[in-house]
Amino acid sequence: MIELLVARYNFWIAVVLMMLGFYAMMAKRNLLKKLIGMNVFQTSIFLFYISLGARRGGTIPILDAGGPYINPLPHVLILTAIVVSVSTTAVALSVLIGIKRTYGTIEENELPR
Amino acid sequence: MSCPASPWPALVVVMPLSAAFLCFVLGQRWRGTPLLISLLATALCCVGSLEILRELAASGPISYRLGGWRPPWGIEYRIDGLNAFMLLLISSVGMLATLYSARNVPLEVPGGVPHYYALHLLLIAGLLGMSITGDVFNLYVFLEISSLAAYALIASAGGRGLRASFNYIVMGTVAACFYLLGVGYLYAVTGSLNMADLAGLLPPLRHSPVVVIALAFLLTGLAIKVALVPLHAWLPDAYAYAPSSASVLIASLMGKVGLYAMMRLLFSVFPALLGSLPVLPLLCGLGGCAVIVGSVLALAQMDFKRMLACSSISQVGYIVLGVGLANDRALTGALLHVLNHAVMKGALFMAAGAIIQMTGQRDVRRFGRLHHRMPLTATVVLLGALSMIGIPPTCGFFSKWYLLLGSLEAGSWASAGVILLSSLLNAIYFFRVIERSLMAGGEPGGRSEAPLSMLLPMAVLGAAILLLGIFNQAIVAALLAPALRLAPWR
Repeated sequence: MIELLVARYNFWIAVVLMMLGFYAMMAKRNLLKKLIGMNVFQTSIFLFYISLGARRGGTIPILDAGGPYINPLPHVLILTAIVVSVSTTAVALSVLIGIKRTYGTIEENELPR
Repeated sequence: MSCPASPWPALVVVMPLSAAFLCFVLGQRWRGTPLLISLLATALCCVGSLEILRELAASGPISYRLGGWRPPWGIEYRIDGLNAFMLLLISSVGMLATLYSARNVPLEVPGGVPHYYALHLLLIAGLLGMSITGDVFNLYVFLEISSLAAYALIASAGGRGLRASFNYIVMGTVAACFYLLGVGYLYAVTGSLNMADLAGLLPPLRHSPVVVIALAFLLTGLAIKVALVPLHAWLPDAYAYAPSSASVLIASLMGKVGLYAMMRLLFSVFPALLGSLPVLPLLCGLGGCAVIVGSVLALAQMDFKRMLACSSISQVGYIVLGVGLANDRALTGALLHVLNHAVMKGALFMAAGAIIQMTGQRDVRRFGRLHHRMPLTATVVLLGALSMIGIPPTCGFFSKWYLLLGSLEAGSWASAGVILLSSLLNAIYFFRVIERSLMAGGEPGGRSEAPLSMLLPMAVLGAAILLLGIFNQAIVAALLAPALRLAPWR
């Protein structure tokens, strides 16, 4: 059991972060906190992906560095996903500014149904 | 497989992207340019889709390598019958929606016209890219492009659209994250991101829990995106409170492209798992629930756009039911319903937008005397309503007919019963609209028909509702039969 925890620690960290983000999205009443929970959720998936490319004893994936390279493809994919995440956060923040201007609050239980 | 020198597969995606940028930049200085650039870009996309169809008919499925890099290391655009059909649908409805938006956008989004058209073109570019790509991660990128444009479009009208957009942002991002996680599992276990390559690498791995979980995550993410019950809660508000021309685009096309992605993954990447896992019966069950839940939700709505949005939930259920039944007739019905629903819902949302703009009424109970004030719009509402209920010769009848035949062929009496019951429920709430708009009395008023730029696309879609119904045999033979060749049971 302990070996399962220790050997696959990258997956466990991703799971814990994902659940923390998910909890924040569901349980928090402030819309900005929900947004940050969404960000934590996305970040956990990025960490999971990048950890897939790591390799014991690997060096940076540049041809002159020699030796076994870590896998650069997950890094490329996650760069794209990070850009997407940043854009989504920017759009969500603009929407939150609009909500604040229109309704005066960003607490979910104070917004009119 | 032909590797053509024709650049149309790439142009169809690049043109709306660059036009979006031009719209925004030039629109700051010269006021009429965003509309003209959008019309030109969507018209060129239509031309491109037709060229791709012609090339497909001449030399078989097309494989376009972006940058010349060979798959599976490079990104590949792979076009077969199903793709080409979706491309043509997206481009043509996109062009009609652009024409419709000419008079509507300056009223609903004052001061933000260049921004609106940039987002409009980004949405169309994202949808076209999602349909054309043959790489699972590329599909994620285009999924997010179209989703972000949709979030911003829904929020652009202000008011309740802001809250609807925020809900959609949170749920849509979770959906995209689930999709990304599924792609990650597939990559971890096979090392490839190309759909054709994965189809070859997955069969020996089909009992691996990683692959099963990957399929579960991919389908769940796409199910949130298409608003399949029970993941549908974001949809009514998002469709109802968006600006009218955005509603037209989002309601007609976004759900369909998500359903296309589901079909592509199930039948082109994961066919080996369909025998050992109860995926298709699960989709059948969820589709059947969606059909009933959507109709019941729509019964309770008095706001016209919200009613149409809840009705979309049940229409998505029809298509998923067809995919889950998994025989030729049911899949024909599902694909025909993709086409028909895009046309029907597009026409209905255009009419709703025209009614709201000219009379200010959103409540169905106050639609009296619409046939005096806006006769052509009322005719389009009538045609759309009859088609949604499923009355021949409108197109809605034929797709439901194929779905019924498919469910009887699969021996699923429950599915047949669900389709018939929901047609009755559709009849209830659509007859309410027809009665109010065509027969009841109301406030007297002169003719205040919608402007020509809104009438013309409505008329085209209204005529399409009839023509697609009358000529459905030709459409099934010409467009859908090539699309069906990807089905794995052949």
